[in-house]
Amino acid sequence: MSDLMKVSSNPHIRSKATTGGIMGAVILALLPATFFGVYNFGLHALIVILVTVASTVLTEYIYELLMKKRVTVNDLSATVTGLLLALNLPPGAPLWLGVVGGVFAILVVKMLFGGLGQNFMNPALGARCFLLISFTSIMTSFDCDAYSGATPLTALKAGESVNVMDMILGRTGGTIGETSMVAIVAGACILIMLDIIDLRIPGSYIVSFVIFIVLFGGRGFDSAYISAQLAGGGLMLGAFFMATDYVTRPITKRGQYVFGIFLGIMTGIFRLFAPGAEGVSYAIILGNLLVPLIEKVTLPKAFGKGGERA
Amino acid sequence: MNHNSAGERLYNGIIKENPTLVLMLGMCPTLAVTTSAINGLGMGLTTMVVLALSNAIISLLRNIIPDKVRIPAFIVIIASFVTVVQMVLQAYLSFLYDALGIYIPLIVVNCIILGRAESYASKNPVLPSLFDGIGMGLGFSAALTIIGAVREILGAGEVFGFHFMPESYVPFSIFVLAPGAFFVLAALTAIQNKVKINGEKKGKDMSRIQSGCNSDCASCSDSGCSRRFYGESKGSDIKGEVK
Repeated sequence: MSDLMKVSSNPHIRSKATTGGIMGAVILALLPATFFGVYNFGLHALIVILVTVASTVLTEYIYELLMKKRVTVNDLSATVTGLLLALNLPPGAPLWLGVVGGVFAILVVKMLFGGLGQNFMNPALGARCFLLISFTSIMTSFDCDAYSGATPLTALKAGESVNVMDMILGRTGGTIGETSMVAIVAGACILIMLDIIDLRIPGSYIVSFVIFIVLFGGRGFDSAYISAQLAGGGLMLGAFFMATDYVTRPITKRGQYVFGIFLGIMTGIFRLFAPGAEGVSYAIILGNLLVPLIEKVTLPKAFGKGGERA
Repeated sequence: MNHNSAGERLYNGIIKENPTLVLMLGMCPTLAVTTSAINGLGMGLTTMVVLALSNAIISLLRNIIPDKVRIPAFIVIIASFVTVVQMVLQAYLSFLYDALGIYIPLIVVNCIILGRAESYASKNPVLPSLFDGIGMGLGFSAALTIIGAVREILGAGEVFGFHFMPESYVPFSIFVLAPGAFFVLAALTAIQNKVKINGEKKGKDMSRIQSGCNSDCASCSDSGCSRRFYGESKGSDIKGEVK
């Protein structure tokens, strides 16, 4: 009886989920795309991935030691950042590129803003855009042993025909982890089954992107064109793994739909009307910047508040 | 040091109330033209000339200008000097004129100049005002040159035309683009704050250094920050509040 009378402070409903557990699941879900990238592009891709992950983890560890903060390397979030960043690098990337990106992602985008939970922008994408602007020629050269020439999206933009089946399977040029739609969606299914992400953001992102492409792509409802746009570039990786980042997505449910639709429209605009062929990363970091505003306008009413005015 | 002596004014402008890194004034040219060290230095010195001359003239006219129309009067004086400087640059330093572009006429609305006119030159004699202008101008030039040099070294591997980095260095082109200005400015401001905080820890009276929110800045003379840094009880109170 006395046990029942004990009163503790809230929260009373606790979840067993931990940051480390969630991040571990994300890593597990990224493994198919990682393995496929290594299989597709060869050993150098694996080395790039390892070096990038090592640089993000080490940066976080050293920064927290120097600043005398609690070392949070064990929550695996730096590992996820490093892995995502590496999957966004071209397979022939020099190793220092991964190190520079990793240090920038953790030090500037994450730690300077206060560490996990405080960063306003997805660290991996922030670093990718930093590298893309700094080293444009290296970041957009996808020539490697296995493939040379334009990526499917560039070819598509130039009006050439592409092999959609190859794009869905991933046997094309591109960044290490973005090419295989099958591997990414398989990983995303793991996350959805584990209830770590839901379809609100990826679903509204992809649907609004398809609608935008149909309306403004100039090819109408051409299923080959649409599937090539969906399978090409970083759309799948971005939609399932980057846009759904807990820290940089809106909290409110309506806000998540707004966020997804915004990303879809922006990606469409970048892909169709901008000089480059790809725009997923810019779309997502732009969306990240708007998250506080989106949350503000989509804040649900507290129970009992508001209602019709008399 | 005498508060209005020439030396004190120079020290005040360059270090203590550095307009860019401490007062956070004139951000627009700071971010826009510092793509290279030479551009930063050119912008800084151009501004210094305008600042010193307009400070001197405004100080001369301080008892004649009616209080109600002082801002338009200041602007007219500043704009005249900017026009002169712009024509001189166009005639003799055309490479700088081309590089700085629209930011030369925009010196008219540079808030450092208006801020010094409002908060110092209109209240003080000519000579200190002149040196105040030179000090502030040198502080601005120093900050802009440093920002420009860092951006140029990282973004192009050279500074003032000298190659700084080894051949194998691949420049971070982002540093000569707009985002680089924010990175470098933020880093320098952080270093400045760190120096200040370290000084405070050692017991020096650093509270007077970050005086940007007090009478020096025309726009926020009576806002909350002036009380934060210049509390009624100086010293003891400051540490408690700033935390």
